[in-house]
Amino acid sequence: MLASFNDPFETLFALQCALDARTASGWMERGTAAIGSFPPINVFQKNDDFVAVVELPGIDKKDLEIEAKENTIRIRGRKAIAYGEQASVHRRERISGVFDRTLSVPIRIEPGGIKAEYRNGVLALFIPRAEADKPRSIKVN
Amino acid sequence: MAESQELQVQQKREVEKKAEATTPGRVFVPVTDIFETPEALTVVLEMPGVDRNSIEASVENDVVTIEGRIDSTKYEGMRPVYTEYNVGHYARSFEISDKVDRSKISAEMKDGVVTIVLPKSEQSRPRKIQVS
Repeated sequence: MLASFNDPFETLFALQCALDARTASGWMERGTAAIGSFPPINVFQKNDDFVAVVELPGIDKKDLEIEAKENTIRIRGRKAIAYGEQASVHRRERISGVFDRTLSVPIRIEPGGIKAEYRNGVLALFIPRAEADKPRSIKVN
Repeated sequence: MAESQELQVQQKREVEKKAEATTPGRVFVPVTDIFETPEALTVVLEMPGVDRNSIEASVENDVVTIEGRIDSTKYEGMRPVYTEYNVGHYARSFEISDKVDRSKISAEMKDGVVTIVLPKSEQSRPRKIQVS
């Protein structure tokens, strides 16, 4: 594996970052098993709403299924790699297979309002916050 | 690899630089497959998030170099709340032998995957030998 050639400090630092991110964020709390599985997910906050950015290069859109239910979003699918019949492989670093991952969201969302966009091998999920969950300012009389 | 096997996350490997960079941003080594058919060698690189217009491929002194740049303006105004992977540019180079016909090298990009076809020159293609 590639990881074995890495700088050990880099590996340790990555572990530390992962642990810090785990404790500092409420994002994966409810699904401990979901952490670190494929595909890797970054979650960003944009104004009141959230954007989940998933790296999924080389996937056929037809092989990708996204389900939203209450406050969970499930991403599953299959990544296929075809070399062709006559090919002999010199180097094989890309991986293929099936994946199934559920993201639980610590906020109330509008399941109907989630938009997904797949471009350049990156899946972006736009997750709107439920109107009832948005912070509102209170006027002082 | 069995079809039913669950996918694992691959840690990104950073490019080992010979000189220090003058521009900010990290550069990663894209995961790559290389396979050979009787007609050509094919190099497939994964560069998620890289646009077709941000790819640069060149051949110089028997080395093919592929660079992909990430558009970081897309991340403006976004505050990370949970992260699992790093975002950065990609770069990788490969040495090619003189079996490759340099004038016919082609590249294409689809869904974050770059495919570079290095056709073999006419003389180096395999041919069957008749036994009489």
